[in-house]
Amino acid sequence: MTIPADPTPALQEYAHPEKLVTTQWLADRLASGDTDGLVVVESDEDVLLYETGHIPGAVKVDWHLDLNDPVTRDYVDGEGFAKLMDASGITRDTTVVIYGDKSNWWAAYALWVFELFGHEDVRLLDGGRAAWQAEGREMTTSDEGRPAPTTGYPVVQREDAPQRAFREDVLDFLGGPLIDVRSPQEYSGERTHMPDYPQEGTVRGGHIPTARSVPWGRAAAEDGRFRPRAELEAIYREEIGLDPAEPTIVYCRIGERSAHTWFVLTYLLGFESVRNYDGSWTEWGNGVRLPITHGVEPGKVPAR
Amino acid sequence: MSSAPLPGAFAEIAEEFLALTGRDRLQLLLEFSHDLPELPERYIAHPELLEPVPECQSPIFLITEVEGTGREAIAHLFFSAPEEAPTTRGFASILAEALDGRTVGEVLDTPEEVINSLGLGEVVSPLRLNGMAGMLARIKRQLIEKAG
Repeated sequence: MTIPADPTPALQEYAHPEKLVTTQWLADRLASGDTDGLVVVESDEDVLLYETGHIPGAVKVDWHLDLNDPVTRDYVDGEGFAKLMDASGITRDTTVVIYGDKSNWWAAYALWVFELFGHEDVRLLDGGRAAWQAEGREMTTSDEGRPAPTTGYPVVQREDAPQRAFREDVLDFLGGPLIDVRSPQEYSGERTHMPDYPQEGTVRGGHIPTARSVPWGRAAAEDGRFRPRAELEAIYREEIGLDPAEPTIVYCRIGERSAHTWFVLTYLLGFESVRNYDGSWTEWGNGVRLPITHGVEPGKVPAR
Repeated sequence: MSSAPLPGAFAEIAEEFLALTGRDRLQLLLEFSHDLPELPERYIAHPELLEPVPECQSPIFLITEVEGTGREAIAHLFFSAPEEAPTTRGFASILAEALDGRTVGEVLDTPEEVINSLGLGEVVSPLRLNGMAGMLARIKRQLIEKAG
């Protein structure tokens, strides 16, 4: 880790406090001019938000346009990622702080992709773009302070297995700790997409058999920051009964909201093995020979 | 497969966008988003009259008005979308500039391909562009109902 962790007391209760920074810490760091080895990345749902104003010096990484390969329907490969890092002024030992809109959904998703490539030090700005703005902190449309492109980011083979689940993995996992983080209406099958969100062409409504429903937003406070550890423990451990030692899989519609919950379980509560099923409902809801369950109950493991 | 020429206003907008690349093209979309006309007072007071467009990632509402009847009637379009949804505002603003004040017939004849002809897929992603198609479809449906 190049840059010391944010020592703010409120963060220290989390299992991995070094994965979060506060808006104050970042503002102080930027104000001091001591930004060697630090790159701030904005990653949003709305692709134009960065252009309306961003944290000074931040670079933009768009999940749809920069991290996906539309031909392979997969994430970019090692060469693509290295190229993106070089263009963004990020070297292998750069400390990357990611923030975004929507309580950091897309920021968490981007962080998750950075970690597929084993980038060592990636952190989230707690509260994201909304918290920074609400505190009246500096935003700019200028490129000033943006890191110059670098060269030589290593071409790293992406390692999916530890944190990414595929449909076959999920099919073999039914009955295990599987969490659906979509809205209650999507879980029950009343609707196939988020309220007021695009219909992404999922044929069937419902959930993966045996999945428990814990909408992602339960982990976020009104200001977009993560809830305190005790409140998170009360939801995921006491209410749902998850065990941090047991492998767990999370999913949503395309994997963005579940990246948020993946971050919560992995870094705030210290679960040992959490995988994000990024194919999520857009794949499962349309998949041939993939069973589903309707209604509000998790349902049973189907006979195979 | 040869495609028909774009309707006039879209051809001009497409020319503007296609003359630019990458970040500049995105800047132009941002300018469009700033230029989205304000909702008239009569709709600000009655937001329930507007129709939501669920294909968009961010909340947007629209309503149409027609002067006259049939294909020769004049179509007017009104949109409401929050500042924190600039992409959606930009889409709405393009449709407003291209279609507001045209005849109902002209709007109904606007092929859905116009949306893919502006060179926006590569700068905003095809999935996000679905939102603009959703708006156009709803505008057409409302106009058919209202122009009789």
